[in-house]
Amino acid sequence: MTSFLYLAGLILLLTVAASLIRIHIGPTRAERMMSAQLIGTSGVGTVLLLAGAEGNGAMIDVALVLALLAAFAAVAFVKASSPDGAGDPEEDDR
Amino acid sequence: MTAAFVFDAMLCLLLVGTAVSAVAGRDLFASIAFFVTYGILIGLAWLRLGAVDVALAEAAIGAGLTGVLLIGAWSMLQRRCGDGGNDPAMPVLPKLAAAAVSVTVTGMLALAVLALPVGAPGLVPLVTENLSESGVGNPVTAVLLNFRAYDTLMESIVLLIALVAVWALTPKELWGGVPGLRQHARPDGVLATFGRLLPPLGLVVAVYVVWAGSEMPGGAFQAGTILAAVWLLVVMAGIAEEPRMSSRLLRLALVVGPAVFLGVGLVGAAFGSFLGLPVDFAKALILAIEFALTFSIAVTLALLVAGTPREGT
Amino acid sequence: MNLAEAFTILFVVAGIFFFVAGTVGLLRFPDTHTRLHALTKADNLGLGLIAFGLAFRMPDVWGVAKLGLVWLLAVLAAATVAQLVARAALDRLPDLDEKGGAR
Repeated sequence: MTSFLYLAGLILLLTVAASLIRIHIGPTRAERMMSAQLIGTSGVGTVLLLAGAEGNGAMIDVALVLALLAAFAAVAFVKASSPDGAGDPEEDDR
Repeated sequence: MTAAFVFDAMLCLLLVGTAVSAVAGRDLFASIAFFVTYGILIGLAWLRLGAVDVALAEAAIGAGLTGVLLIGAWSMLQRRCGDGGNDPAMPVLPKLAAAAVSVTVTGMLALAVLALPVGAPGLVPLVTENLSESGVGNPVTAVLLNFRAYDTLMESIVLLIALVAVWALTPKELWGGVPGLRQHARPDGVLATFGRLLPPLGLVVAVYVVWAGSEMPGGAFQAGTILAAVWLLVVMAGIAEEPRMSSRLLRLALVVGPAVFLGVGLVGAAFGSFLGLPVDFAKALILAIEFALTFSIAVTLALLVAGTPREGT
Repeated sequence: MNLAEAFTILFVVAGIFFFVAGTVGLLRFPDTHTRLHALTKADNLGLGLIAFGLAFRMPDVWGVAKLGLVWLLAVLAAATVAQLVARAALDRLPDLDEKGGAR
């Protein structure tokens, strides 16, 4: 069972490697941000799998913190993409 | 070859790959995305090394603050010099100097690691032996808040000095003003809703992390970082503003952690040794220090990310 | 292998499938918004199924509750990010556009 969970984690790391390609080629910043976001979620999944494999409940707290703060970089990105660098993409709704 | 070994090998490969991509990439924003990824992978590496406390700190710092700080800096650069923040005219000398400093620090760290005696247990037996006298069950907290508390006290003061250094860069006419950009968002939009929904959950998680720190991985620094990130979200969602730099309450919040820490240390000095915690009260004292520190660390980190003020008093 | 372990394997494999599918979509789909569509599947279903599979290995109900909270937070973050990034990508300003960046 432990081996299975490590293997599952390994496959998630492989999806991380694939997402890194998307960060590299872009072409737009939205893509790069989205890839980083997906890698964040893969990271949460991998932490959970490690916690399961090693039977360490405290490791789930790491996943909890990662999930809580998962959106922060992307929020900073959409703010930076607004006209004055401090707005919200929904403000000038059309 | 076990599954765990293959996992570790893949993790190492990805770590080196993202590190090289972050440093060597030509697009500044791509470098930031690689660096954010690198932070997540480093967290996984700490877990594989059994350092859950460090992984927790890396998760909080990497996911909550580094991304916001770097993207904010990139946004300013891009507005100032255009071309996606990539400055082609960056002179070679500063680049070389930065590279030299990085290589030297890395080399010194590598030497320090290689100089460690192989197979020696270090201070582990000593910590395990005295853990019952520390007042807490988590050996990391016992070391940080009791066995080498003076070091942690210094660190909390260094953090404060870092903020003073950032504030010292404030132009005179802006002194005492509100730090950071003036943030705004659509009041009923997704961002504002997220900014209202997440902070209560973040508060609960932060209190849990500092409370859990006495018996399992967690502690003031991790919890303080979570609180700082959550406060920055409230600001970014346009719900509240940072307090003015001149606010007395803010200054009080900044020093309360180190002050409580120092106070406990001085009382200890009156009864025997500086920062010596009596066994019977050790847990209560450690928790009091940790909660006060959490608060000060949160305010300090949030203001460090916010930066210099936008207007004067 | 008992029933709980079989459930863990079943749901974790299903979760991994969505992560792989989401990543393939991120790499293969033609434009920003379709790629975003692919990635939200991994966020919601992939992580949810992995957390559900691991719930069978938890020693007590608190562990299961924590897994549920992790998933809930991840879904909240994913939904917010998807909406905001989609909007930001929709009306990007010309001067913020990357040189020659294809939509």
